[in-house]
Amino acid sequence: MTTAVGTTPQSPPRPPAAPRPKRPGARAWATRAPLLPALVFLVVVTQLPFVATLVISLFDWNSLSPDKRAFNGLGNYASVFTDAALRESVLNTILLTAGVVLTTVVLGLALALLLDRAFFGRGMVRTLLITPFLIVPVSAALLWKHALYNPEYGLLNGTLSGIGELFGDTDPAQPDWIAQMPLLAVVAALVWQWTPFMMLILLAGLQSRPAEVVEAARLDGASAWQTFRYLTLPHLRRYLELGVLLGAVYIVQNFDAVFTITAGGLGTANLPYTIYQTFYQAHEYGLASAAGVVVVIGTIIIATFALRTVSSLFSEEANRA
Amino acid sequence: MTTATPPATPSVPRALRRARRRSTALGVLAWAAGLAFCLPALWMLLTSLHAEPDAATNPPSLFAPLTLDGYRTFFGADTGVTPWPPLLNSLGASVFSTLLVLLLALPAAYALSIRRVRKWTDVMFFFLSTKMLPVVAGLLPVYLFAKNAGTLDNIWLLVLLYTSMNLPIAVWMMQSFLADVPVSVIEAAQVDGARLPTVLARVVAPMAAPGIAATALICFIFSWNELLFARVLTGVVAQTAPVFLTGFVTSQGLFLAQLCAASVVVSLPVLAAGYAAQDKLVQGLSLGAVK
Repeated sequence: MTTAVGTTPQSPPRPPAAPRPKRPGARAWATRAPLLPALVFLVVVTQLPFVATLVISLFDWNSLSPDKRAFNGLGNYASVFTDAALRESVLNTILLTAGVVLTTVVLGLALALLLDRAFFGRGMVRTLLITPFLIVPVSAALLWKHALYNPEYGLLNGTLSGIGELFGDTDPAQPDWIAQMPLLAVVAALVWQWTPFMMLILLAGLQSRPAEVVEAARLDGASAWQTFRYLTLPHLRRYLELGVLLGAVYIVQNFDAVFTITAGGLGTANLPYTIYQTFYQAHEYGLASAAGVVVVIGTIIIATFALRTVSSLFSEEANRA
Repeated sequence: MTTATPPATPSVPRALRRARRRSTALGVLAWAAGLAFCLPALWMLLTSLHAEPDAATNPPSLFAPLTLDGYRTFFGADTGVTPWPPLLNSLGASVFSTLLVLLLALPAAYALSIRRVRKWTDVMFFFLSTKMLPVVAGLLPVYLFAKNAGTLDNIWLLVLLYTSMNLPIAVWMMQSFLADVPVSVIEAAQVDGARLPTVLARVVAPMAAPGIAATALICFIFSWNELLFARVLTGVVAQTAPVFLTGFVTSQGLFLAQLCAASVVVSLPVLAAGYAAQDKLVQGLSLGAVK
């Protein structure tokens, strides 16, 4: 929702510039014309609101007392960085994003490696594995909150007491998952939803690995571990980077799981939830906008790396074309 | 679980037999992982087919009789409150925004892949950069604008926002699909006197049809799933299915079977679209960067 992020990624190397004859302007516009509707639309619908957010972030503005609206300079930003609740939501956002992304990458890699080989019913297993990603996020969050985590009849505790019964334990442990480990509960639900995404990206990476090279390594007597360590992993590096960075960009913005599972309670509010809450329930427009700008700056930092990664994959594509 | 292991004859070297056993074990492991990941979803389906008293038991009642009561209640058999308006709102917002996305993205992708504008990679990255930045950062001005313009609680506002949310993805995906359309065919059509809209509709679109369909399905999924915009910008009239789901629990107390039935119904269109677009899904999710 802002202007081009960070540095412009390097465009693919061009052939040495042969001075082209200057085109008549009309021709150039005819080439550009099909692009314009999409560009204009995006600028109007995404960039203008962000500019407005920047402006609002400089005002002290609570919609419940509209008369007191006043210019506040960077005051809101100072509040963002000194407010304990906001600092906590920054920390939560980092923990949530890092926890989910790292776990999903490791699980996704393991699953992709399993699925990279031929076995009976591989297509079916792939379909089973992507199902979590195809449950509507709100439904998934409700499913975890009520059908799995519920301390009285959720599947997790139900299974615990079922196993307890088998072994004659009449009083098996029945933890209240969300109350006892709120952030972990949100992370687990998101890991379930996002692992298929990582698996799909890494599987695409594995399948783009040249088969001859792997075969040659095997013939040369490389062990499975050596092949993985010295061939597969280096080849996957850019796919891993892409997965981590896109995952981070998507999960930093997560609202559905936090909103549904804990409603931001129990110290799990992340930045998107806090911003939503600050303007929608607390009506603190200026403060919410400043927090929004801070999120954008944080995302720009991640996105710059993400764009570089995509750019390196993309320029290979462009060179091949 | 690869090829069925033939009875081990002495002629099969031991190393090969060991490799086969290992391969079978890994196949079984893959199946176990697949089932484990699908289990919560299957549990949701099973619970939705139980009567309320059987749905919320501890330990779980796996073999309770199946019933469609949860679905009947969800569709308003007892209360008369039907989920049709939110479902239709979601459908409308998703379909119209997908159409608008295609209408805007196809010419743009054409300009970026076939008739290349100068600095086309920079333009591509501009599109991508708009997708990378958080929606919360622009939500408040959109809300204020809609409030003042009287367009709150209106699905057309969602249509516009979902279009902006999906347009970058669509441009990226379609750029990579259109790059595969042979330029010679397009030039031949132009020699015959076809103008751009004709070229796009008659030549480019049919040749890139599978890719365009996958793009449409992915845009549909993202729009259907969206909660934050819909929650802030719609109320009673234009409420979408995800918003309806969140309100569903608090307003009626907890009926687990009914909740699971609701979740299944709301997820069905996405499951259908996702399974249909399976092969192209990863390309869409990674913004076209991985083919």
